Amino acid sequence: MSDVTLTQAPVARPVPALRLWRRVRPVLLSLIVPLLLLLGWHWAVAAGMTRLIPSPAEVAEYMVDFAVGGIWDDAFSATLHIHLLASASRVYGGFVLAALVAIPLGLLIGRNAFVRQLLDPFLQLMRPIPVTAWLPLSMILFGLGARSAFFLVFLGAFYPILLNTIFGVKNVEPRLFEAASMLGCRGNAQFFKVVLPAALPSIFTGLRLGLGLAWFVIVVGEMTGVPQGLGAVIMDGRTLSRTELVICGMIVIGIAGFISDRVVVLLMNRLLRWSPSHHG
Amino acid sequence: MAEIPILDIQGVGKTYVLNDSRIEALRDANLTVKKGEFVCLIGASGCGKSTLLRIVAGFEAPSAGQALMWGKPIAGPAPDRGMVFQDYGLFPWLSVRENIGFGPASRGRPKAEVRDTVERFISLIGLTRFADAYPHQLSGGMKQRVAIARVLANDAEVVLMDEPFGALDAMTRERLQDELLELWQRTGLTVLFVTHSIEEAIFLSDRVVVMEPGPGRIASAHQVELPRPRDVASPEFNEVRRELGLRLHSHHAKKAA
Ligand SMILES: Nc1ncnc2c1ncn2[C@@H]1O[C@H](COP(=O)(O)OP(=O)(O)O)[C@@H](O)[C@H]1O
Ligand SMILES: [Mg+2]
Repeated sequence: MSDVTLTQAPVARPVPALRLWRRVRPVLLSLIVPLLLLLGWHWAVAAGMTRLIPSPAEVAEYMVDFAVGGIWDDAFSATLHIHLLASASRVYGGFVLAALVAIPLGLLIGRNAFVRQLLDPFLQLMRPIPVTAWLPLSMILFGLGARSAFFLVFLGAFYPILLNTIFGVKNVEPRLFEAASMLGCRGNAQFFKVVLPAALPSIFTGLRLGLGLAWFVIVVGEMTGVPQGLGAVIMDGRTLSRTELVICGMIVIGIAGFISDRVVVLLMNRLLRWSPSHHG
Repeated sequence: MAEIPILDIQGVGKTYVLNDSRIEALRDANLTVKKGEFVCLIGASGCGKSTLLRIVAGFEAPSAGQALMWGKPIAGPAPDRGMVFQDYGLFPWLSVRENIGFGPASRGRPKAEVRDTVERFISLIGLTRFADAYPHQLSGGMKQRVAIARVLANDAEVVLMDEPFGALDAMTRERLQDELLELWQRTGLTVLFVTHSIEEAIFLSDRVVVMEPGPGRIASAHQVELPRPRDVASPEFNEVRRELGLRLHSHHAKKAA
């Protein structure tokens, strides 16, 4: 009864140089495509294929000015942090609100047939309407400004969180309810002891998709005439025909979205250490 | 009347209604089990073994007859009857320690008592080193040890096992059979054990109950008189195996005729 076997055979420790290479290799690999793109961009501009798009070097220079100023000293110099903060607060505000509504609602719809019959058809009907189609109505309802952006982000993040929560709750393995009830955990106690933990991976999938979409719709949300925000910067860049500004805005959104996704993944891997598909 | 049996299955039948069709999974099953007895159910698949076990567990209600424990009708799942599933049924988000403590904690036992119980059963099944591992980090045999410990830690009097070793390799299976017998002899448990293997049935049980399909029912019961510990290679064991094999096949032959 005592001679147990490890399921994961111990791996021989590689030599330090090899270990370093193993860690650096994926980073290097992931940089190849972006660098090639950058090169292609550079050559295309240098070859005069387009006069409307600035070269990577010009964009880089402008990015520095956008971030810390001291080069062009125009209306956008050293304003990156202001716009980033404005956008991030809308993204996270709308996202947190969406999560606060969608998770409890999803748990209810997944568990309770009455609530499901009451709300599911309505929600399914509303779902195909794209966030962009809400823009005019949202401007009427919430006015031109931050509240409208907030609302659109909320809408964008709401459905992935809701649908994944419902999916998670409805797909708890029936065996686990049997196991819980034979061990003396019955009725409502099963909600916290079985349903919630079993649905957690799906809920996290929803949160991750929702946060991604929140960054996705922020540009649309900030088209509604807000003075600050990365979406506003991109819109201003367009009206002023300042393509380098548009590209700077795009890059910042990309990086910010990427970082916030990594944070969610990190949190997810920590909380879902038990799950074979989330190695923490 | 003599002493009350721990399990008394009286004329139990079960018909599943699926869409418009009715499937008679079990008809007029009668079986009494004494406390401390080890009973194996054996038979072709589809003859109602799982159904009978699930009725005793309280997961299904009988359509006819009644199932009694200590003379009282079984009304639903309860800790006095623990099931060990072939697919383990462990909670993947709980560690070995937490899985074993799930039952006692759910039933509101004091924290210190739960901790003591858990430690006792972890060392009993030899998984001290894996106390904090999650189910997906364990081998099949280790998972099934945890599933057994989880039921025992919850003071189950009857352990229901539905082909518990069916998914394990031969060596692990033999080791778990030995461990199970050791536990059974030490604790005075009552075991109802479903298997496909004649050898496993004879090696483990006091009594082998043979079931037949179409509709599922109990065909015959055979007392196994071999002294324990049993040796599967002994001529006596082989004699019993041969006899039981003949009975099983004669049931089938009768059906085919
Ligand atoms: N939940 C169910 N719904 C409908 N039919 C079922 C259900 N469970 C079992 N059956 C049917 O009942 C019969 C007996 O099944 P089961 O008790 O699982 O047999 P065994 O465990 O001996 O293989 C089979 O024909 C099976 O298809
Ligand atoms: Mg079965």
